[in-house]
Amino acid sequence: MAETTIYDKSSPGRRGVRFPQPDVPLTKLPESLMRKELPLPEVSENEVVRHFTRLSQLNYGVDIGFYPLGSCTMKYNPKVNEAAARLPGFALIHPLQPVDTVQGALHLMYELQEHLKEIGGFAGMTLQPAAGAHGELTGVLIIKKFHEVNGEPQRNKILIPDSAHGTNPATSAMSGFKVVEIPSDGRGNVDLEALRAECDETLAGFMLTNPNTLGLFDENVCDISALVHEAGGLMYGDGANMNALLGIAKPGEFGVDIMHYNLHKTFSTPHGGGGPGSGPVGVCERLVDFLPGPVVVAETIDDGFEMPFYRFDVPKYSIGRMKAFHGHFGMMVRAYAYILAHGAEGLREVSEYAVLNANYLMHKLKGVYKLPYDRVCMHEFVIEGRWSGIEDIHALDISKRLMDYGFHPPTNYFPLIVREALMIEPTETESIETLDAFAEAMLRIAEEAKTNPEILHEAPHNTPIGRLDEVQAAKNLILCCGLPTQYAE
Amino acid sequence: MYHPHTESDREEMLKAIGKSSIEQLFDAVPKAFRFPELKLPPRLTEMEAMGLLQDLAEGNETSRDLPMFLGAGAYNHYIPAAVDFILKRGEFYTAYTPYQPEISQGTLQAIFEFQSHVVNLTGMEVSNASHYDGATAAAEALNMARMVSRNKRTKAVISPALHPHYRETIDTYIQGENFTVVGPELDPASSPDALFGLIDEDTAVVMVQYPDFFGRIYDLSALAEKAHAVGALLSVSVNPLALAMFKSPGEYDADIVSGEGQPLGIPLSYGGPYLGLLATKEKYVRTIAGRLVGETVDVNGKSGYVLTLSTREQHIKRDKAGSNICSNQGLMMLAATVYVSLLGREGLKEVAALNYHKAHYAAEQIASLDGFELWSDAVFFNEFAVRCPMPVAELNEELLDAGIIGGLDLGDAYPGMENVMLVAVTEMTSKEDIDYLVTALQEVANG
Repeated sequence: MAETTIYDKSSPGRRGVRFPQPDVPLTKLPESLMRKELPLPEVSENEVVRHFTRLSQLNYGVDIGFYPLGSCTMKYNPKVNEAAARLPGFALIHPLQPVDTVQGALHLMYELQEHLKEIGGFAGMTLQPAAGAHGELTGVLIIKKFHEVNGEPQRNKILIPDSAHGTNPATSAMSGFKVVEIPSDGRGNVDLEALRAECDETLAGFMLTNPNTLGLFDENVCDISALVHEAGGLMYGDGANMNALLGIAKPGEFGVDIMHYNLHKTFSTPHGGGGPGSGPVGVCERLVDFLPGPVVVAETIDDGFEMPFYRFDVPKYSIGRMKAFHGHFGMMVRAYAYILAHGAEGLREVSEYAVLNANYLMHKLKGVYKLPYDRVCMHEFVIEGRWSGIEDIHALDISKRLMDYGFHPPTNYFPLIVREALMIEPTETESIETLDAFAEAMLRIAEEAKTNPEILHEAPHNTPIGRLDEVQAAKNLILCCGLPTQYAE
Repeated sequence: MYHPHTESDREEMLKAIGKSSIEQLFDAVPKAFRFPELKLPPRLTEMEAMGLLQDLAEGNETSRDLPMFLGAGAYNHYIPAAVDFILKRGEFYTAYTPYQPEISQGTLQAIFEFQSHVVNLTGMEVSNASHYDGATAAAEALNMARMVSRNKRTKAVISPALHPHYRETIDTYIQGENFTVVGPELDPASSPDALFGLIDEDTAVVMVQYPDFFGRIYDLSALAEKAHAVGALLSVSVNPLALAMFKSPGEYDADIVSGEGQPLGIPLSYGGPYLGLLATKEKYVRTIAGRLVGETVDVNGKSGYVLTLSTREQHIKRDKAGSNICSNQGLMMLAATVYVSLLGREGLKEVAALNYHKAHYAAEQIASLDGFELWSDAVFFNEFAVRCPMPVAELNEELLDAGIIGGLDLGDAYPGMENVMLVAVTEMTSKEDIDYLVTALQEVANG
């Protein structure tokens, strides 16, 4: 079952691809700068294709089955989006071409900026950030520059709820801010008194994920915004959980000044086994001039055509460039295709069914699994993977056992404020039959936990490989394949 | 429209949770903001949407429509069919980050093989699972060097021939911090020797590009020695394809290698998604940003792969983490892994050599024209700068009229270089394309 590495398959003289002979006269090579050895594998095309096909078979993806990984929005990835991104007119254009040779691409980017502004209630948008965490960094750097330009560089504190994603504090620290954690109250909302106590002249901003990582819409969102704004701070919205809010509410309207989207979550550009993501950032009117450049702008020119002319522009107080070129264009094409396929009505249905699915599943599990906050949830919910009397069963055991039933496990041990957390996000693309089957597996596992705990401890049983020794991996670092035989010492 | 709910499913589910309408699920949202109108175009069927997208795509001139001489960090290379065939497998592209190793061995092993390819190409000892792109990887390399110096050193010496986008990205990342960059103000025509005088005890890192932004290749041994003599690190931003023929940064004793992996099987795609490379010496492994995959064994002693050293990362360390990255370029990493595996040792050398010979032919032909001369006499790979008899902006407009997308106008990023064009030539550029460019340049220049 185990697949040897591509290096193990190497045999001197074997070839995968050949290239044409040079059609130009040859030039002398600079000998002193040439390398002597290139220890890479030599394998035939058939073997390479079989190798990676076999590797793919050791993976689990949304195309195989239910993937309720909380906060990751593992929804179905429409195939047409893949086809669209691969159209030669999108795939074969160079980022530095004259803008008049890529008006189709700029039109798409401009429209996507406009649609994302409309969906979130923002006045400006950059498509440049490469991922959610990169969007966060963009947003936090905007906060920093805004206060500097306004002559308030002493604002060096960012407030973050204790339920936040780990990226929020990491991003703030990376940008030179002091991070202060704000506890949650008994209903899973931000504790307003604790927040009020931190709202002073050093406040730079507050990072809110809403719905939060408990899957709950913060009922105090208007009070939070008011407190932060009155103290002179900015409201950062982590858009990781936007799948609950399409057509339901615009964060820009309930006080969020800056928000990143995750196109790979909400707008179904695929997760790709870890990336590439895409993390556009929307901002309110007073922050438009701080966006990273360049952004796409439209000019109406009087040339007898109705189409505007699109070009790039760098905002006045821009924080600067976040990466090379214009962002993950291939992901923008997919997200744009997704928005076209839905329209306003369809996007609202996405969130409605995402929330309905989550509440239905929560309802099915809540008698058997402890629900720390028993409220209507949004697109996801958190349960505890523990029972009194069987203390040696952990969330991890439940997750591993779920694999035996053919499901991808939920997110484990997050958010940190729930013990043995299992965070479940079904998404809108799953049917009632799938949700029922998952609930049944979860209930059966709860039963097994009492009657046959060993089967959980030893799980998974039906996967290509068993539980792996992570301590050994970190202690005895092996980060590379052995070299092909002719290079081995 | 990708949800499966029928009217009766919806009724059944609402009944189960004791609600009479979906709207009731949103009571926690303040009423004033609930259910806003979204002004978006009406929804389209797949057939209609694809038609519209096709129209937009056709509104662009592609590298297949016109001979193209643009490079500057993004290159038009041939991608063997098998690469995209593998990328389209749903098991790969619809999976998440491999947090559950028992059902993610495919992604994990692919990363492990990617790390091996990067290590072997760069001559480093460890590679991460990839970064966003060449620019952000360069910024992370700088960050790593600061961590190695425990934030005591407050200066980076950066070559003026580092890609301007990379330099700008670094500036964005370090703004407002007690850290300065010197070097970019130097004459871009200078060799790395010009950096020597800037390196001192406060220097955390010396950063150069290889080949540099102008395509040039320099021996970096003396620069490495100079950096190491004062305890600074040498960080090299690479084009990995060039490393198939030229000495690796490891051979010069570089400490960190970042780079843009796009030349390894990733389409131009208007600038992204691409692939950031980040590799280093084993002794600095704990400062490297992003994911790392290691080999281990399962409960039955069977070998397998896991994400490792994750205690460096944001989800554990939160505000003490060195970087906030929580992904890699998964699918682009896979593309590069399949590409390098397919081409292998000989294929990669062959492509690199094709690039070298074609670029040199083009350089020689252009330099032989009246009024044109090579901007530098240094060794180069597949890209070179040419001084032209007129502003490149004007020249390029004329070339476009002749059906050619010309090289980059260096005046955009380097004031004073308005007459210098950066020309890239790859294995995709035929002799005919080159000859056509040469003829067109001659005609335009001689008006």
